[in-house]
Amino acid sequence: MPTVTMTVNGMQRSGTVESRTLLVEFLREHLGLTGTHVGCDTSQCGACVVHVSGTSVKSCTCLAVQADGADVTTIEGLANGTDLHPMQEAFREHHGLQCGFCTPGMVLSAVDLANRNSNPSEHEVREWLEGNLCRCTGYHNIVKAVQAGAQAMGGGS
Amino acid sequence: MSGNGTGIGASVKRKEDTRFLTGRGRYTDDINLPGQLYGYILRSGMAHAKIGTVHTDAAKAAPGVHAVFAGKDMEGVGGIPTGWLIHSKDGSPMVEPPHPALALGKVRYVGDCVAIVVAETADQARAAANLIDVEREELPAVASIKAAEADGAPQVFDEAPGNVCYDWEVGDKAATDAAFEAADHVVSIDVVNNRLIPNAIEPRAAIANYDPATGEYTLYTTSQNPHLTRLLLGAFVLGLPEHKLRIVAPDVGGGFGSKIPHYAEEAILTWTAGQLGRPVKWTCDRIDAFKSDTHGRDHISTARLALDADGKFLGLHVSTKCNLGAYLSTFATCVPTYLYGILFAGPYTTPAVYCEVKSFFTNTVPVDALRGAGRPEATYLLERLVDKAASELGMDRVEIRRQNFIREFPYQTPVALQYDQGDYDATLDLALEASDWDGFEARRAESAARGKLRGIGISTFIEACGIAPSAVVGSLGARAGLYESGSVRVHPTGSVSVFTGTHSHGQGHETTFAQIVSDMLGVDFDAVDVVHGDSAKIPFGMGTYGSRSLAVGGTAIYLAVEKVIEKGKKIAAHLLEASVEDIEFENGSFTVAGTDRSKSLGEVALTAYVPHNYPEGLEPGLEETAFYDPLNFTFPAGTHVAEVEVDPETGEVDLVAVTGSDDVGRIINPMIVAGQLHGGLAHGIGQALMEECVYQDDGQLETGSYMNYTMPRAADLPSFSINHNTTLCTHNPLGAKGVGEVGSIGVPPAVINAVIDALRPLGVHDMSMPATSQRVWQAIQQAQG
Ligand code: FES
Ligand code: FES
Repeated sequence: MPTVTMTVNGMQRSGTVESRTLLVEFLREHLGLTGTHVGCDTSQCGACVVHVSGTSVKSCTCLAVQADGADVTTIEGLANGTDLHPMQEAFREHHGLQCGFCTPGMVLSAVDLANRNSNPSEHEVREWLEGNLCRCTGYHNIVKAVQAGAQAMGGGS
Repeated sequence: MSGNGTGIGASVKRKEDTRFLTGRGRYTDDINLPGQLYGYILRSGMAHAKIGTVHTDAAKAAPGVHAVFAGKDMEGVGGIPTGWLIHSKDGSPMVEPPHPALALGKVRYVGDCVAIVVAETADQARAAANLIDVEREELPAVASIKAAEADGAPQVFDEAPGNVCYDWEVGDKAATDAAFEAADHVVSIDVVNNRLIPNAIEPRAAIANYDPATGEYTLYTTSQNPHLTRLLLGAFVLGLPEHKLRIVAPDVGGGFGSKIPHYAEEAILTWTAGQLGRPVKWTCDRIDAFKSDTHGRDHISTARLALDADGKFLGLHVSTKCNLGAYLSTFATCVPTYLYGILFAGPYTTPAVYCEVKSFFTNTVPVDALRGAGRPEATYLLERLVDKAASELGMDRVEIRRQNFIREFPYQTPVALQYDQGDYDATLDLALEASDWDGFEARRAESAARGKLRGIGISTFIEACGIAPSAVVGSLGARAGLYESGSVRVHPTGSVSVFTGTHSHGQGHETTFAQIVSDMLGVDFDAVDVVHGDSAKIPFGMGTYGSRSLAVGGTAIYLAVEKVIEKGKKIAAHLLEASVEDIEFENGSFTVAGTDRSKSLGEVALTAYVPHNYPEGLEPGLEETAFYDPLNFTFPAGTHVAEVEVDPETGEVDLVAVTGSDDVGRIINPMIVAGQLHGGLAHGIGQALMEECVYQDDGQLETGSYMNYTMPRAADLPSFSINHNTTLCTHNPLGAKGVGEVGSIGVPPAVINAVIDALRPLGVHDMSMPATSQRVWQAIQQAQG
């Protein structure tokens, strides 16, 4: 079985996986990072979004071996100690989450958008989030949170 | 109620958010127990079949497999019960066939549980399930109401002739018939309420454990109501006493009704853990969730409204057929009856109302509560019919509603409910203003100039929430009470733990209830924590559904706080050497009236736990529990307005504006309330424009994944305009009514009425949900011949 090594939230982590092991399985089951969620099996809900080398990726659609050598950030690695990341803070401030299940994926997708566009319009946010489902919020406050978070990030994470 | 920065009425940021935003939520699938095995449920791929021997030897011999169980193995175990006994018109009880957790003799829907494989890993369990050979003989299936009621239709259950579960009625038929005879106008409508799949983003999951040393079972499960699950699983299925069965519903990722029922998988897992003496974990694949989470809605109705020459409503007659699916889920039978038929007065003074409901078994997933549960179906029918009446009588849509509004309270409807309070004109006026209703024609013209058809639609509605009281629902067939418990524990140094029998799966109870308690007790918001979701910690509870948590659960907490204050007064009176009657409690201090002599809550609490100088005969400690059984339902009400722009070339409907104007009673946290409205609106818009569960005639689920079941995404929805006009509920001390379901109840007819308004110039007068571009385009083509 292959061994993978990657930097996860700033720490080097290794593990022996099956070649079919998904990145999300490696994170949740091998590393115990259960903040990354699984909401579907057809790559459509976005609950599993993490950053791989700075870009948002659905970790249910990526093999662990594909992330070998990569720099992975999960929701657990976003805050700076007890200081929330500006995007996390914006979600809290604007009530961009209810049950919290879609939230890790939403926040990490949003950070990727903000890295590309520090002042996204409502329309741009809504289009960007086409890969993330939320059943609780009706997206209204998520959109507000992403816009505020992007501004607070000021063009960089 | 002092109303400080974190008190009642403040948009306090949520306590639960820090853990959810940092990946430290603890959902069921995040929990792992030492030595756990993994279960995989083999499901039926056929909608209806006789099953013979289930050959499991090959699967048992597969790598990593510990056990395989099928129906015969669980034969001695009780079936999955249902929670509400409905009686038919003729007084006979509904047909209530057995529901074995693992299919026995027959499978009745695609997704029915056939066997469980338990292995070292989830992959091994899944792979071994492929080796199970089920002897089966396929039978013809009925996958719709129409198929179920056809002459000679295949029978889902031998004991249910014609596939009928019950044929129920409410209201005075003779009085309603008389109203139609006296009518100047009769307007009728046929509507279908489309079947929906709930799709909470967290799939269902469970882990069961059995401790042979204590004989105790623990089940972690994605439930909206852990105590109810304990009651059903313990008392009815496995025969376990409550003190040996602990149910934990930790963080739960949305429910919307689909996590109310006690599911077969919970029973299978708990029983299997007992057999093996090891924890067994199961997580539902999304693909299996589509065919095993209870579905919602699925009605076909025909209704008639009798009016006098001025447009006054005289009578309403509703005939509904509804689909219950293959087995009776927990609240399946009351949703289309006592949460539906009794809503048909709406906000109107219609003096005679009659509703009959015939419910059918079919070879489809069991149907149960889904956000709104019965009330969206009733509201959709009524508000479509009122719009049609306005159109046929040539009346203004707003005026016909206003003319029939109830204005005197309490108001006894002809269908059992008594509304305590409301102001329907106020919410209507607010909605008209916020949506710029009067300015619509200019917007219509502007759209027309771009080749687009613009329409605006309205719905005025009431809902009934916090279903109660227990004695009444009991007399109507409920097999449980519908009260709630709340406990308030003031610790020795003055911090507070609050225990509630409701369950939060997104609603923010940890924040809202802490606001109430901190406000009432005058303690810091951060010094109050709310505990829920664990039958070992909470005295009892009925859980969260039907928008009941604040009105019923919040009131139980309120009453427990009052008891704490009463006891605290006795302690303070003793310390202050005053009489109890002279002690006043405000802002966290017990004061002798008219003096500056006082003791803080902290001092009183410390005294209660270190009772060296203490009133004689009083128990130490400062902790109180209250059970609250409401006197009545609560009646939130409102007006929703939707505005659409239709592209006549493609049939695409662009929802450009949605305005909610709601009376949800006392608002504790406006931020959370707005969020609940947003979510409900999105769910209702999903039903109106996108979502539809489709079965093929042979019972195969056509919309079985996110690839072909359309979920509303961010780009499908506009931002919402949320407005409030509040009247207080008169029969609970908070004045609370409920908010969780409002959006999904009120908005679907507003959207469809808007689509019809847009298309009317082309000669289109009817539209079904969901109004997809294909359906709209076809309607346009047909109308234009
Ligand atoms: S789990 Fe749904 S997209 Fe990855
Ligand atoms: S917050 Fe529950 S799914 Fe988004």
